[in-house]
Amino acid sequence: MARAPSERTLRGRVAVIGIGETEYYRHGASPDPEFKLALKAILAACNDAGLDPREIDGFSSYSDDRSEASRLAAALGTHRLRTATMQWGGGGGGCCAAVANAAASIVAGLADCVVVFRSLAQGQYGRFGQTDGITTISGERAYLMPYGVLAPPQRFAMRVQRYMHEHGVKQEAMQAIALASYHHAQSNPRAVMFGKPLDAAKYDSSRWITEPFHLYDCCMENDGAAALILVPEERAGEFRNKPAYLLGAAVGAGYRSGAIPHNSPRYASASFEALAPALYSMAKVGPSDVGVVQSYENFTGGVVMALAEHGFFKPEEANEYLTLDNLIAPAGRLPLNTSGGNLAECYMHGFELVIEAVRQIRGQSVNQAIRSDVALVIGGPMVTPASNLLLGSGATL
Amino acid sequence: MNDASRVAYLPSGLPIPVPEPDGLSAPYWAGLQQNRLLVQRCAQCGSWQFGPEWLCHGCHSFEVQWTAVEPRGRIFSWERVWSPSHKALRDHGPYLAVLVELPDAGNVRMVGNLLGDPLQAVTIGAFVEGEFEHHPESRPPYSLLHWRPTAA
Repeated sequence: MARAPSERTLRGRVAVIGIGETEYYRHGASPDPEFKLALKAILAACNDAGLDPREIDGFSSYSDDRSEASRLAAALGTHRLRTATMQWGGGGGGCCAAVANAAASIVAGLADCVVVFRSLAQGQYGRFGQTDGITTISGERAYLMPYGVLAPPQRFAMRVQRYMHEHGVKQEAMQAIALASYHHAQSNPRAVMFGKPLDAAKYDSSRWITEPFHLYDCCMENDGAAALILVPEERAGEFRNKPAYLLGAAVGAGYRSGAIPHNSPRYASASFEALAPALYSMAKVGPSDVGVVQSYENFTGGVVMALAEHGFFKPEEANEYLTLDNLIAPAGRLPLNTSGGNLAECYMHGFELVIEAVRQIRGQSVNQAIRSDVALVIGGPMVTPASNLLLGSGATL
Repeated sequence: MNDASRVAYLPSGLPIPVPEPDGLSAPYWAGLQQNRLLVQRCAQCGSWQFGPEWLCHGCHSFEVQWTAVEPRGRIFSWERVWSPSHKALRDHGPYLAVLVELPDAGNVRMVGNLLGDPLQAVTIGAFVEGEFEHHPESRPPYSLLHWRPTAA
């Protein structure tokens, strides 16, 4: 029977039943090539779930992942391939969209068991930040690169500077976000920055990369892979772990946010003004129901914007809200990036954040939040298309 | 020799801007080489847009005309770059990039460098004037548009 439009939702229809990661390495330090990392993460997720990898019938990724679905299906000997989805857009803006696309495939009946993954080996394929070796350039970057606006910090700093100007946001708000990630990484042995604590003095004395970004406002670059497995809600109980249900997801950006170069009408924005209301509406929860947040840090300033746009505080309240005490597990007002995130655990293009949200729902994080029945993931801010998602325990359905 | 690298704001060796294979932005880059700033304006509804597109985002007319505007505007945002991400900049030191809003062209924005002391204080909202920087000896030749603080 046809569903009414109001029933067109992902809420409660699919569950994450397995998560897997490789070891996380400094960029260029992986002993394995990128495709092998992807295979290892997928097998780890299957092992976590207690699932025969041959039952996977779909693959979903983002940011032009080079580990192609048909090759993965052949390598793993899956019985059949029923969906192969790539989210448009570079960077981590698609880390939640990849989950949403996989979930949509399942809800629509195209597939039954979809793996969502990201793999990165920068030693094999080169770093994002360096731009040597380009002789001529056209398109968006032609308006930027000849002026020395080359790497991501330079491409995003003016957006953050404008936001700070419009709302009176201080450097200390960004500092608190960096400190929270490093604080959480100190109890996470998987984290690349495990054993390398950060305090306010070290942050303040760190070199400028591009004002207003200090070194510790910028994400790392790393090698590794991460994967999760989605199945329909009716199968969620067949596996060994507590299911994490998808409560909602949203993908995209507002009016003309793709207007280059730097001509988005809502320039001082993380792209979530349109997405956050759609996400909360689908999930049937609000900001006060969210117990723990993973928010993609390409740069700390983007996290300030993203959290404000998800309704946790008004931009003018950022300086008061964003303090280390408020942002740490177990009992801070809003535990943030509880694995260490892109700044201090691993830059797996934000997919490590999705994995950590599943751990929070299960109660298995090394920095478990007290309130963890509803976990928010916010993908790469200040890009288009962006994406976000909400996970919930069975109790939230 | 009137060496462009001697008078240029940044050292030579950075990527050289060229039009896309489909030629969309070719009039813009050609204009800079003739000390002209060209921005698209719709002949039908008058909307300005930059960067260029094949049609007007406001009314979908394909009659978008390259229109000369005075290179003057206000600083919308800025950044001071300290960490080089290109080998041409390795020993250069800090430099300033600004995002300039052009009130004479529907408040479209463009990125350039802010001329003068790279350590100068920068004020959002300050008035700036454009200054063309030519690289005739480059292969291919190209020109850039920088900005200099000015009285209103």
